[in-house]
Amino acid sequence: MDRIPIIKVGDFLLVSIQVDMHDRLVMSLQDDLTTQVVKARAKGVLIDISSLDVVDSFIGRMLGNMASMTRVLGAEAVVVGMRPAVATTIVELGLSLTNVRTALDVDKGMAVLRALVNPAGDEGGHGSGQN
Amino acid sequence: MGPGRTETFPLRTDEDVLRVRQTVRIWMVEQRTFSLVEQTKMVTATSELGRNVVVHGGGGTARLELLSEGGRLGIRVTFQDQGPGIASIEQASRDGFTTGDGLGLGLGGSKRLVDDFEIASEVGKGTRVTITKWK
Ligand SMILES: Nc1ncnc2c1ncn2[C@@H]1O[C@H](COP(=O)(O)OP(=O)(O)O)[C@@H](O)[C@H]1O
Ligand SMILES: [Mg+2]
Repeated sequence: MDRIPIIKVGDFLLVSIQVDMHDRLVMSLQDDLTTQVVKARAKGVLIDISSLDVVDSFIGRMLGNMASMTRVLGAEAVVVGMRPAVATTIVELGLSLTNVRTALDVDKGMAVLRALVNPAGDEGGHGSGQN
Repeated sequence: MGPGRTETFPLRTDEDVLRVRQTVRIWMVEQRTFSLVEQTKMVTATSELGRNVVVHGGGGTARLELLSEGGRLGIRVTFQDQGPGIASIEQASRDGFTTGDGLGLGLGGSKRLVDDFEIASEVGKGTRVTITKWK
């Protein structure tokens, strides 16, 4: 429980948060992710929070930070899978997450990322668009 | 176990905050009357106020209680520390106000998430916050 795994899938990084995180774990994930975005030359990051049954202001701030830092590094981030009870709660808490792009699930999140990274919708050239 | 149950937990580290919020979840699930949204609100408020004890209050305790009053079932958490206290509760409760690097949503947000919210604080003596969710 000392690290949240970050998995590389093509041009994207996938972060699936499967445990209830204490604050230091949240911070280390934030650091790991920025390092990995650079190292993997990722074009997009998908953060799956469907296992999280609590999002408080600390985790909310981290999601916002991860989205901003990813953007600064020239990549896109999408947060997926927020539980309905969590969504209701964070609105009342006052968390706006305005700079965080969200999608319903992993599939929709991937579609959003692909569209952002490849706005022309050039589906055919997966390996050819490097230049 | 039902009403009358009480347990006190230390709040010194972020792991302690985790343990307390998870225990609140378990107690509420066990009562089988609180909805998922009610649980989530109480657990989130607990996380915010528990973190405040650790970060701003220099550590303290959280006391969990199950209550029965006038046919209602309640869960209450009392956060107590002997830290620096809060000079202006009104200011501290304003959304966005922080003396640290947080989002400043803990006090104001928690108040919105629970049914009863009480705060008492004295500069140099400490802070006590009590939150209750009723069913
Ligand atoms: N237990 C406490 N002891 C001392 N000061 C506190 C305590 N809880 C909150 N505060 C003060 O109130 C402010 C607002 O708290 P909060 O709304 O939780 O926002 P944040 O924790 O993000 O700063 C804190 O920045 C701090 O100055
Ligand atoms: Mg706080």
